[in-house]
Amino acid sequence: MEKQKAHIDKNNTVIKIRGVEKSFADYDVLRGIDLDLYQGENLVVLGRSGTGKSVLIKLISGLLTTDAGTIEVLGNDVTHISQRALEDLRIRIGFSFQNSALYDSMTVRKNLEFPLVRNRKSLTRAEINKNVEEVLEAVGLSQTINQMPSELSGGQRKRIGIARTLILNPEIMLYDEPTAGLDPITCIEINDLINEVQQRYHTSSIIITHDLTCAKMTGDRIAMLLDGQFQRVGTFDEVFATTDPRVKPFYDYNFIQ
Amino acid sequence: MDSVNNTTNPAPSRIKKARNKVADFFLMLYRVYAFVLRFFKEVFLPPYEFKEIVRQCYETGVRSFTLITLTGFIVGVIFTKQSRPSLTDFGATSWLPSLVSIAIMKALAPLVTALIAAGKVGSSIGAELGSMRVTEQIDAMEVSGTKPFKFLVCTRVIATTITIPLLATYTAFIALIGGYLNVSQNEGTSYSVFMEQAFEPLTFIDFWASLSKAIVFGFTIGIVGCYQGYNSTKGTEGVGKAANGAVVTAMFLVFIEEVLIVQIAGWFR
Repeated sequence: MEKQKAHIDKNNTVIKIRGVEKSFADYDVLRGIDLDLYQGENLVVLGRSGTGKSVLIKLISGLLTTDAGTIEVLGNDVTHISQRALEDLRIRIGFSFQNSALYDSMTVRKNLEFPLVRNRKSLTRAEINKNVEEVLEAVGLSQTINQMPSELSGGQRKRIGIARTLILNPEIMLYDEPTAGLDPITCIEINDLINEVQQRYHTSSIIITHDLTCAKMTGDRIAMLLDGQFQRVGTFDEVFATTDPRVKPFYDYNFIQ
Repeated sequence: MDSVNNTTNPAPSRIKKARNKVADFFLMLYRVYAFVLRFFKEVFLPPYEFKEIVRQCYETGVRSFTLITLTGFIVGVIFTKQSRPSLTDFGATSWLPSLVSIAIMKALAPLVTALIAAGKVGSSIGAELGSMRVTEQIDAMEVSGTKPFKFLVCTRVIATTITIPLLATYTAFIALIGGYLNVSQNEGTSYSVFMEQAFEPLTFIDFWASLSKAIVFGFTIGIVGCYQGYNSTKGTEGVGKAANGAVVTAMFLVFIEEVLIVQIAGWFR
């Protein structure tokens, strides 16, 4: 499915990253990165494994703390925020994990209800059921409502993982390797779903991937993370219009092979 | 001179390693302290997750029921059987019910229950939370604005603190039944006489000390299992280590607590 034109508001920056550094033991993963995510935009962060792509979105959601720099999310500096304010902010951010991170001991229905009943306490049982059914319909998996996560395929698990984040109507979506480990057809379905989420829920998203097809299909802008810094930021064609030996093989491997 | 300089001296590296180990040990102690403190800070604050507490009580209590019944009964029978020859030598077989009840109520029931629970419940908590940690399920709870510590840790620790004393009381009862069957078969003592003799030497402090022990053991097993699982790292290897660590550490602490509580109870007699 062709990506529809997104309504991006460049005057409204929903995530502003300035001079962020992060290291683990002696290894500097992020070395002073700057990045902006605009309202309504799908921004793809590309990079090789171990370059700190997942670390970046964990810093944004406050799962990890920065060594230096600031991260402003929806006007809140997550590097200097109280636990209570961070919990409130997290409700406005959806995080889709690489391995879906569905709760093994709960059915699909319970997985979807879990964040809802704890964050929207005024909802009645009927409203909770309606929300669950709506979000399952949005990801095209209404029939799985009573299944356990272990009974689902990899693609279905990804979709349910995305549905679980959508149930709180987030303003920002963070996707960690949404197509990793999936067959090419399911990858395309997930890419379409990411675009559909952008259109239907008017979300701004950061998509972490090393899959160039995913980047091309879903990204309004691409940011290439190399050696702990964003070396190239722009449209897909702009990023790969280069002879940089660190970037070109990435493209060649994905599209020529 | 060069050869002297080039010779590697293992001593500084050993000192450094030992220093790191000591530092790691104190760091671990601090983390445990912070974890326990966090439990007490969060357990009294809403949301209280009553449904999950009940579910965990079922998981820890009812699921251990068969094993506890079997073990309690065998402990009662074996202890009575093994004690008889010594008492027979002194012509004091009539003291058997008292001996059995004192041993079971004061020491065996809470200890045996705690050791079984450490193996069954502690390892299960360690493995379950460890697996949730490495598959990012705990992170998923965290980023969805829910409180994973409250939902996963507080509920499990409350459940073990409630159910293990109940299981210990049940173990004591079953072990006494085992003891009675053995005494009844050999000495022909009636049930009412056995129970009268069994409870005669026991005081309120004995019951209280036994119950306190079981409560402390329950809390320990829960908090150790949760600590190991919640802080698990390094993938599937970490899950195994969490399960194993939960059992070994809980058993070790249970024995230390047993000694301490017996000592403290002794001061009140």
